[in-house]
Amino acid sequence: MIISVASGKGGTGKTTISTNLALSIDRRVKLLDCDVEEPNAHLFINPDIHTDETVYTMIPEIDQTLCNGCRKCAEICRFNALTVIGEKVIVFPELCHSCGGCVVVCPEHAVEEGARELGIIETGSRDRLTFIHGTMRVGEAMSPPLIRKVRSKIKEDDLVIIDAPPGTSCPVITAMKNTDFVLLVTEPTPFGLHDLKLAVEAVKVLGMPCGIVINRSDIGDHSVQEYAAQEDIPVLLEIPFDRRIAEIYSRGRLLIEEFPTWRQTFKMLYRDIVEIIESKQVIQ
Amino acid sequence: MKELVIVSGKGGTGKTSITAAFASMAQNFVLCDADVDAADLHLLMNPQPYSTNDFIGGSIAVIRQEDCSSCGTCLELCRFEAITDTFEVDPVSCEGCGVCVDFCPEQAIDFPKQKCGEWFLSESRMGPMVHARLGIAEENSGKLVSLIRQQAQALAKQQARELIITDGPPGVGCPVIASITGATALLIVAEPSLSSLHDMKRVAELADHFRIPQMLCINKYDINREISDEILKEAEQRNIAVVGRIPFDQAFTHSMIAGQNIIEHGKSPKLIEVLTSIWENVSNSEQMCTDSSQIIPIISTKQ
Repeated sequence: MIISVASGKGGTGKTTISTNLALSIDRRVKLLDCDVEEPNAHLFINPDIHTDETVYTMIPEIDQTLCNGCRKCAEICRFNALTVIGEKVIVFPELCHSCGGCVVVCPEHAVEEGARELGIIETGSRDRLTFIHGTMRVGEAMSPPLIRKVRSKIKEDDLVIIDAPPGTSCPVITAMKNTDFVLLVTEPTPFGLHDLKLAVEAVKVLGMPCGIVINRSDIGDHSVQEYAAQEDIPVLLEIPFDRRIAEIYSRGRLLIEEFPTWRQTFKMLYRDIVEIIESKQVIQ
Repeated sequence: MKELVIVSGKGGTGKTSITAAFASMAQNFVLCDADVDAADLHLLMNPQPYSTNDFIGGSIAVIRQEDCSSCGTCLELCRFEAITDTFEVDPVSCEGCGVCVDFCPEQAIDFPKQKCGEWFLSESRMGPMVHARLGIAEENSGKLVSLIRQQAQALAKQQARELIITDGPPGVGCPVIASITGATALLIVAEPSLSSLHDMKRVAELADHFRIPQMLCINKYDINREISDEILKEAEQRNIAVVGRIPFDQAFTHSMIAGQNIIEHGKSPKLIEVLTSIWENVSNSEQMCTDSSQIIPIISTKQ
């Protein structure tokens, strides 16, 4: 079972929810931090890191001794990652999407599979929790390939929680695609509501069940609750604003460590999610 | 022409609220919302578009079932798992590389261009604004960001405006790279949390990579003064000028609900004072100052 935690708007509390939820469940859990541009979950989990690996994506490398400058590689590339000057092929590795078209199209077999570093993936643990996160190399533009590599660590029958990146475009789609449930974390403000609506649209495109967590639930207005009711999306948890919670968060501490009663709340949240998944409620 | 881009690394630190406040204080500028993925600035600016344009991103493969011989070539070549066992293309997974299109022996795959969003030239009560809406689950956000920044520059030139204020996206990936390349200076909005400290280092590193000068302000600095001090220390080590510290104040939320920026809202004299001083520091900074005789050194607000 895979539960993804997403939001649309950044800074609404995705990491707070995914870390506290992951450590409240009485089962073996894998927590994947897929916000590879700005991963933060490790600051709260403090896992013992066992392994780290540098991960790469394929980019073309031209064997100039075989290349006859026929331009077929540059012609097939939709991302302008290859160009031919005179008879010499120039590769722009940062523009490459690793589709492999140039490798297949080259009649001289002069295009070899090279590599561009995407970032690192670290795996660790804390108690029964397995923690995996990707950290994108600063300067790398594309996060989906690294997110896919982090997700490839999921094994069948794992119970997985994915901390997704903000937004509604390819990174978050890559993180939450093919998961069993999307928990959308928002705040009751015009920005929170606006971006929640975008996130719900994205979830609808992917056809997955979802529920809402309203963080700092008393700082704004009631429009998120009204929207949830109108769209028939369950509000599974409301966390009122408390300066102490903001302070706990700022120090990289967990809510369930400082206020143990929250553990029961997160257990109930998990139970509610399981119930929804089992009833296979899909919003249309 | 100068362009200030507001970034943060971590989302939700206050980029948009601060950008909107600047709009009340700056003169002769164009506003640009480069957070095309989850754009919010329009909620405070209420811009009225006078020009709405389609954003054509990449293409997506579409298999014509009647011409498909189910040979499996596309399935074998696709590196994005976008082709199903029944030879249909999942538009969400399709990267738009066109490899399947070129290699299909039956030429049964079309490759139509996709409308991936819309962009707008607008008038707001504070001046012209360029903004966009990326379609749901679409790619090419970096391309759209580059496009609207170009449009903002063209508009500024046309109307003889000296300044572009750009609200940037969170993160360090392609939309952020597209937002900051070629900018005059960045304002990094941090908050006093370990997450924000971690993330601002990464965005500063990215900006260093592109050699873009940076300034920094701390929002909600009094939530954790110790970490605020750590952020100040980090900024000092990185030679980033600190332009101000904003106290935690729910007036930001109240003004957002009223559809106003914090200056117009006018309910928090303290915030108005702090933001006015931040804007003065930013606009008088070495990078942003248009008149070199006006340059005054930024005084660190450390107390």
